[in-house]
Amino acid sequence: MTVELAIILAVAVPFAGAVLIPLAGATPNLRETVTLVCAAILLYLVSVIYPAVAAGGVPEVYLFEMLPGLSVFFLVEPLGMIFAGIASFLWIATSVYSIGYMRAHNEENQTRFYAYFAIALGATMGIAFAGNMLTLFIFYEVLTLSTFPLVAHAGTEDAKRAGRVYLGILLGTSIGLLLLAIIWTWTLTGTLDFTDGGILAGKADGLTVGILLALYTFGIGKAALMPFHRWLPAAMVAPTPVSALLHAVAVVKAGVFTVVKVVIYIFGIDFLFDIGVSEWLQYVAAATILIASLVAMTRDNLKARLAYSTISQLSYIILGAMLVTDLGIIGSGMHIAMHAFGKITLFFCAGAFMIAAHKTEISQMRGIGRAMPLTTLAFFIGSLSVIGLPPMGGLWSKWYLALGTLEAGKLGLLGVLMVSSLLNVAYLLPIPFRGFFSSPQENPPPESSHDHDSEHGHTHDHDRPKGIKEAPVACLIAIGVTSAGCLVLFFFPDPVYELMRMVVAP
Amino acid sequence: MIAAQYPALQVVLALLAAPVCLILRRPRAAWAVATVITWISLAIALSLLGRVWETGVILYPMGDWAAPWGIEYQIDTVNAFMLVIVTLIGSVVMPFARASVEAEIEEERIYLFYCMYLLNLAGLLGIAITGDVFNLFVFLEISSLSSYVMISLGRDQRALTAAYRYLVMGTIGATFYIIGVGMMYMMTGTLNMADLATILPAVADSRTIQVALGFLTVGLGLKLALFPLHLWLPNAYTYAPSAVTVFLAATGTKVAVYAFIRIFFTVFGGVEVFNAGFIPEILAVLAALAMIGASVVAIYQTDVKRLLAYSSIAQIGYMVLGISMVTVTGLAGTIVHLFNHAIMKGGLFMAMGCILFKIGSVQLDQFEGLGKRMPVTMAAFVAGGFSLIGVPLTVGFVSKWYLVQAALEKGWWLAVAAILVSSLLAVIYIWRVVEVAYFRPPPKGSAEVSEAPLSMLVPLWILIGASYYFGIDATRTLDIAFVAAETLFGPPQ
Repeated sequence: MTVELAIILAVAVPFAGAVLIPLAGATPNLRETVTLVCAAILLYLVSVIYPAVAAGGVPEVYLFEMLPGLSVFFLVEPLGMIFAGIASFLWIATSVYSIGYMRAHNEENQTRFYAYFAIALGATMGIAFAGNMLTLFIFYEVLTLSTFPLVAHAGTEDAKRAGRVYLGILLGTSIGLLLLAIIWTWTLTGTLDFTDGGILAGKADGLTVGILLALYTFGIGKAALMPFHRWLPAAMVAPTPVSALLHAVAVVKAGVFTVVKVVIYIFGIDFLFDIGVSEWLQYVAAATILIASLVAMTRDNLKARLAYSTISQLSYIILGAMLVTDLGIIGSGMHIAMHAFGKITLFFCAGAFMIAAHKTEISQMRGIGRAMPLTTLAFFIGSLSVIGLPPMGGLWSKWYLALGTLEAGKLGLLGVLMVSSLLNVAYLLPIPFRGFFSSPQENPPPESSHDHDSEHGHTHDHDRPKGIKEAPVACLIAIGVTSAGCLVLFFFPDPVYELMRMVVAP
Repeated sequence: MIAAQYPALQVVLALLAAPVCLILRRPRAAWAVATVITWISLAIALSLLGRVWETGVILYPMGDWAAPWGIEYQIDTVNAFMLVIVTLIGSVVMPFARASVEAEIEEERIYLFYCMYLLNLAGLLGIAITGDVFNLFVFLEISSLSSYVMISLGRDQRALTAAYRYLVMGTIGATFYIIGVGMMYMMTGTLNMADLATILPAVADSRTIQVALGFLTVGLGLKLALFPLHLWLPNAYTYAPSAVTVFLAATGTKVAVYAFIRIFFTVFGGVEVFNAGFIPEILAVLAALAMIGASVVAIYQTDVKRLLAYSSIAQIGYMVLGISMVTVTGLAGTIVHLFNHAIMKGGLFMAMGCILFKIGSVQLDQFEGLGKRMPVTMAAFVAGGFSLIGVPLTVGFVSKWYLVQAALEKGWWLAVAAILVSSLLAVIYIWRVVEVAYFRPPPKGSAEVSEAPLSMLVPLWILIGASYYFGIDATRTLDIAFVAAETLFGPPQ
């Protein structure tokens, strides 16, 4: 199979899956088989593309001319390769996980769920492989619209309200700011192609570049830079697999990926460094890192805490990009990968706690390690990776981000990274520690209003678990794979690092 | 041989077929005549566009009376494109109309509808094709009078008051227009557009011509529902039979916009009216007010047809904004939006027709569970709504792209903001409908799934499909729009 064909198929296969899934909707087993087969094919296709990119090639596929002089086409460069690799790999893990989760949770409208999930993955692939800003924007909007039904899946008043926030912020920023930035770039330069060294150099003065950068950075609402971060906690109303893959990996990483991509290929690292207009955005990102970490500490609902943790971690990536130094960019790219594995593990565990022990609040999770030792151990591993401690992959990305701040001579920002890591320790590690070392008897009486499952009629006592009661096997397999991934990435970060090195030194 | 007579046939066919419907009286027979005539008109319009594209402007002296004494038809890219838009919409509306009209108009009046539709078609085509300002007035009246009748055919009693209101406003508009034409004639002694364009610069500095321009602007502004002259539109669209709304919304105001462009850019082309006074600024402010104001009003509507009518006023704002920039990009944005808005709004109003057909009401609270009850229709509505918002791959995105680009080139930041805010408001009013249709359960006792007949669904999806087809590959429509815009800026023919 040629690489070009593989690129087209990699975007097309999930969309084809979205068509097939409703056709197989009557038989759940067949339907899930379709999802798994699509995910497997996708991973295979990505593995076909990888060698070509790792060897230094930038395969390109032309699709069609949409506006005069402006075409839709795919171009796979190393950064996109990393993103596509993570998303396709984690789709398989998530598919296995959701089969266990959705059935154990008796969710309704599962066919719709899997279909929109597949569309979202197709859009993610389109974003990863986009050859110019127009192509990226198309798939960016498809991703927003296809995830809306997933966020509002439950159809309750809460879900509807969350859906409005989600759509309002994401469409508001993308239409109001991002689209404006794109058209403006187009009128200035006459091109939107992702080009090494950027396209804006020599085409715009410092002020215009500064405004454009702000429009891009805030306009990419999926990157959840404050003050446009509210959609992410709102989206937590979705079923956990959605929170795990889409709101820890695909959607949010599509956001920061776009930011990094714009910085490298639209502005150009050297050009942006010389002009120096990104400096104030470093501080916006730093503020987001700290504030979101602090807010995370106040959240008792596990998914809400993880959501704010994600906001904070996303701004690490934005910070690295805004440093516009080689090491900072490398750190950003690696953090996209490392954080993905760490955070998806945490979300998987949160979902497992919910379906097996019916617990959503952290204050109820003392002693949960006795009933669910494997899940709690995985949570511990994921936490270490997100914090950036050895022996987990998260160490490397924070390492390079820290080096990036030193390269830029910003000791203050280095301090922010360190403080934030401490905050990460403070809001993540107590959960597995108390899970293992405290006794369930120390839990305060549950507040039924926060108990997710009270709506489902689970009235019998879950608070005194007897013996081991883990999540379904499918969930455990997925959790095992992603937490193993965190470990593997510590020992073998080279593929990601090499790809990022190719990005900064083409 | 006969091809040489196409410009005349374009108008005359529909004009002659109208009384035939009157004689036939049988609903199905009248429908068949109207459909066939519309399709032939489309073929003629396409061949005219092809010829203009290949060989340039077609001049056709009516009855061989040489211009400027006789009436001359002048077809360039701009009006050839208009002819295609009008006939194309007509051709898709006709198959849709049969079932829809039978459901919404009493049987003994149906033949009247087709008769009036054909007159309306002839009037709109006449406005688009003629090169004579007085002849344009005549066609304007033909199309207006027939549309008053068509609106009044609506089942709801309020259709009568809506039609009456439109009659009053429309007549004022037409009168203003003819007063302007009279004043121009007084000063130049000619009614031929090309002739006017060459003579006007010499006398343009007179008070008479300035007043004439004022009358023409207000007169046509009324016809195209330029804010704040739009008051007739919401009720007319809301209470007219669905097929009428589709046709009028997609073609009526568009042709008025065309006439506006023609007067400003061709007839007054040599005068550079836009450099004098604050005409572009005034138009831009009115356009921006329409885009924002009408969108806000749309959010608060409980009748979805009315909601779409207000959205139309906002979209007309986009078109006027493009005109007011007086640049090739801006004008091309307007021209391409004429086409784009025609197909997407046509599709959306057709969805309303399907819902009226099945549910008997388009009140928002009747939409509960409609996503399950009429999945095909509601999917079309959502898809058309995306286009109204301007999601990429839809025609709405293409229009918005060029209007924003034109505003950026001009440095009109407030206009950029108005365009973007207006599309965000569109998100809100579309999403209100989506939430009711998809998140509320169907009322008890309603049928499970019950869709409109295929004769309505197929035209609906043709228009919705077109709004994606021309959004994915917009090169063709944009090429035409840019050539048309350059023609308008070129030396007067």
